[in-house]
Parts: sequence; C-alpha cells; structure tokens
Amino acid sequence: MEAFFGYGFFQRALLAGLFVAIACAILGLFLILRRDAMIGHGLAHVTFGGVALGLFLNIIPLGTALVVAILASLAILKLKDKAGLHGDTAIGIFSSVGLALGIALASLAGRFNADLLSYLFGDILAIDWLEVGLSTGLAAVVIVVILANYRSLMYLTFDQEAARASGVKTARLELLLAVLTSVTVVLGMKVVGILLVTALLVIPAAAGMLLATSFKQAILFSSLVAFFSIILGLLAAFTLDLPASATVVLTSFVLFVVFYLLRRKRRP
Amino acid sequence: MAVSEEKELIRVEGVSFQYDSIPVLEEVNLSISQGDFVAVLGPNGSGKTTLVKLILGLYRPTKGRVFLMGKPVDGFKDWCKIGYVPQKATHIDPFYPASVREVVAMALVSTRPGRSGKREEDMAVDLALERVGMAAFRDRPIGRLSGGQQQRVFIARAIVNSPELLFLDEPTAGVDAAMQGHFYEMLHQLNEQQRITIVLVTHDIGIVNKHVTKVACLSQRLVFHGTHVEFCQSEALKTMLESGHLVSHVH
Repeated sequence: MEAFFGYGFFQRALLAGLFVAIACAILGLFLILRRDAMIGHGLAHVTFGGVALGLFLNIIPLGTALVVAILASLAILKLKDKAGLHGDTAIGIFSSVGLALGIALASLAGRFNADLLSYLFGDILAIDWLEVGLSTGLAAVVIVVILANYRSLMYLTFDQEAARASGVKTARLELLLAVLTSVTVVLGMKVVGILLVTALLVIPAAAGMLLATSFKQAILFSSLVAFFSIILGLLAAFTLDLPASATVVLTSFVLFVVFYLLRRKRRP
Repeated sequence: MAVSEEKELIRVEGVSFQYDSIPVLEEVNLSISQGDFVAVLGPNGSGKTTLVKLILGLYRPTKGRVFLMGKPVDGFKDWCKIGYVPQKATHIDPFYPASVREVVAMALVSTRPGRSGKREEDMAVDLALERVGMAAFRDRPIGRLSGGQQQRVFIARAIVNSPELLFLDEPTAGVDAAMQGHFYEMLHQLNEQQRITIVLVTHDIGIVNKHVTKVACLSQRLVFHGTHVEFCQSEALKTMLESGHLVSHVH
C-alpha cells in the first residue's frame, strides 16, 4: 500500500482530493441546514454547460465553468428573491438550461469528445500539478472564508430572521454562500465529476450531523468523513482498478452507514 | 408619570404597511421609553408581529418612519443593544447540530470585533444561561430540549449582549401554563433588575395586570396606547374581550 503513495499521480490526486472534499463537506453542512442540498446538483448541471463552452471556445474549461456557475448561482438567488419562486424551482430551471447548453455546444463542436466525458465522470488520477495548485488554493480559500464567517453563517442557517435582527447582513451572506458553492462545485467536478459532485457536498456533511452534538463537532466529523472517503476511495480505485469517482463516493456512503449505525446504537 | 421622563428608545411616526396591496397597518404612532414593559395586544392579523418587524427594520414601511434609539432604523448600527425572540422561535429543525452554548453565542455576532475575547464570550453566555435558569444545559444539543427549555435558551440568546431593548413575539406559545408563570416572572425581573426595556407581543391580557407598565392595542390601527391602569378601564379592553379575540389567563 505504501507504494501507492510514492506515485506522483497518486500524490497529486490525494492532495487535491483532500482539500476539495473537506471544502465540500464544510460547505455542504450549511447547504443541508438551509435545505439547499440540491443546489450543488443543479449547479453541477450548469457547470456541464460551462465546461462545454470552454471546450467549444478552446479556453480552459475550469475557468468558463467557474464563471458560468457563479452567474447561474446569482441568477438562482435573484429568481428566488424577485420572482418569488421556490429555490428548487429556480434550480430546476437553471440546471436544465445548463445541461441543454452543454449538449448544444457539444453538438455544434461536432463531437461529444473524451474531454467532456472526463468532466462528467471525473478523472482525478489524471490531474496535473497546475490543476492541483488551483484546486488546493481555491479549496483553501473556500475553507478559510467559511470559517471566518462561521458564526454568521450558522446564525443564518439556524434562524434567518433573528440573525437579521442581530445585524447580520443576510443578503450579503447568501450571495457569499452562492459564490462559494459555485467554486466548490467546479472544484468537486475535477475530483468525482459533474454527475457525482452532489455526493461530496451532501454525504460527508449528512454523516457528520448524525453523531454531532454541537456545530463544531459536525464540522469535525464531516471533514473526517471527507478525509477518509478520499484516502480509502483512492486506494480502492487503485487496488480494484475502478474509477476513483465511484470508489470515493461509495466509500463516503459506507462511512455514512457506519455513522448511522453508531447513532442508532447510541440512541436506540 | 415617571416612565415618560425616560429616554425615548422607539418612535414610530405615521407608519403604514401593506402586504401585496393589502393594508396591514395604518397610520400607527407609538413611542416607547427606557424602562417600559410594553404589551402589544390585538387579535390575529391585527398587525402586532408586523409592527415589531417594522421597528426592527425587517420590513420597510409603506409610509411613515421608524426611529430606534434616536436613529432612523435604516441607518441603525447598534444591533448588540437589541434582543429579539421571534414568533415560533421554537419551531427549529430538531436535528440542527448546535449545542445550547452555540445557540446563545450566535447573537454575539453583533459584538464589535476585538471587544470580546473567547473567555469574555464564554462568561457572557454562561451569565445569560444562568439568568434564565439553563446553565446546566449548556452542552446539550438544542433539539433535545423541551419547547419551554428552548424558549428560555432563545431568551438567553436575546439577552447575551446585555441589550437595552428586548422584543418578544408570542414567547409563551407552546409553553405549558405552569411554565408561563415562571416565564413572565423572569421577564419582570429582567425589566426591574436589569432595566431592560421589554416589548412583548401577546394574545394573553392576563399578563397585563401583573407585569406590564404600558399597553399598545392594535387592530390595524393603534386603538389604545397608555398605562395598564388606563387600559383596564378602557373601551378597547371591553371591545377586545367581547370580540373573543384575546385570551385571559389569571396570573
């Protein structure tokens, strides 16, 4: 097993995977508590359109995906606020449009190429050092920004009205949360792919919440589930010769089940 | 009257509010002074909660102006001087992973940076929990407390900054009758001993007799504003009781 850690591609995958998964887990906690867990799913579909746009225009797909995802998340917020639509409706509209845009662009390019498929299903073992630098840097920024606004975000998700009456700028925080979600989804796309990025946002956070008796514990447990999902998932991918995206997500689900059983044991 | 010489903390000037073109409040004028314990009474849909939200800047009036501690509410910054327990505060997600301590500390978000370190924060939280008799529960998850216990925690959150002004919107909804007596006694102590000005939205006119110093009675308009003694002799009370919209528990 030690041999795996000696391979450059394994080290790169591990480093990027750990940072991105922990950022997803911490952010996911706030999204779940706001009952906004599916925004990750919706933005992932939008990201597909962004990646296709990048491949079509021959620009770095990570960049176009990031811009398109941020614009879509802001549009979802606006639609919720101004048109009085429920969040899931606004997400449904933009996720479909993003997917349609991706299909149209792929068709215009004349091929549904292998690059696009690698974004759909993730290809973390093929990540290069530049992408590692970008992913770890952005993930670190996401983690720091969340932790710096930890109490305000917690207040927002617990009782938005009381938070406003305490002087919390809730509209600004919602904007921040939307932008952070867009960045995190685009980063998660590199690790597990567009189709499975919701898993990184939802499963570790949901597992962490099962056993936590405080918010700090929830952050710690969620991060630990994310940490072990990446390490064990990558090792499983390598030893069983399976796609890393699938093994990482399946590992996180196994950990979720373990946490669930532990909770049942503690509170029958 | 001694209270009227105190500093004015709230001034509502000719405020009207419409929701989707439906008038909720019309031409409300109200003044609340430091040290007052004001009950805002009225039937369902009379605009009580809306009035509190307008005072807190959560809604913008369609017409008129609101001043908090002498400043227009839009430009008000000293939110750490205000405590608020919203209506249905206990309707929380029972699986929310926060300890009692963390819930109370949420309100410290409005404390100016650098003013309080970790130790001072812990002391403020412990003191607030002691005041509401919940110090022994500080590490419990909030979702595992009863409705009455949660309500006490939310009061602790509202007073953790040692506010000058405390708003409570139907705080005894879901709290059993025995607990309600203790609850109002606790508010009375906060008003008397800590000199916290209290604005209490309630259906329960029973509380008026015992603790409050002033009454504001709403029915889209402000139909009565005065001392509790004046209220007890007023036509407003008679009308409200006859309409059957108010509850009267004997305290």
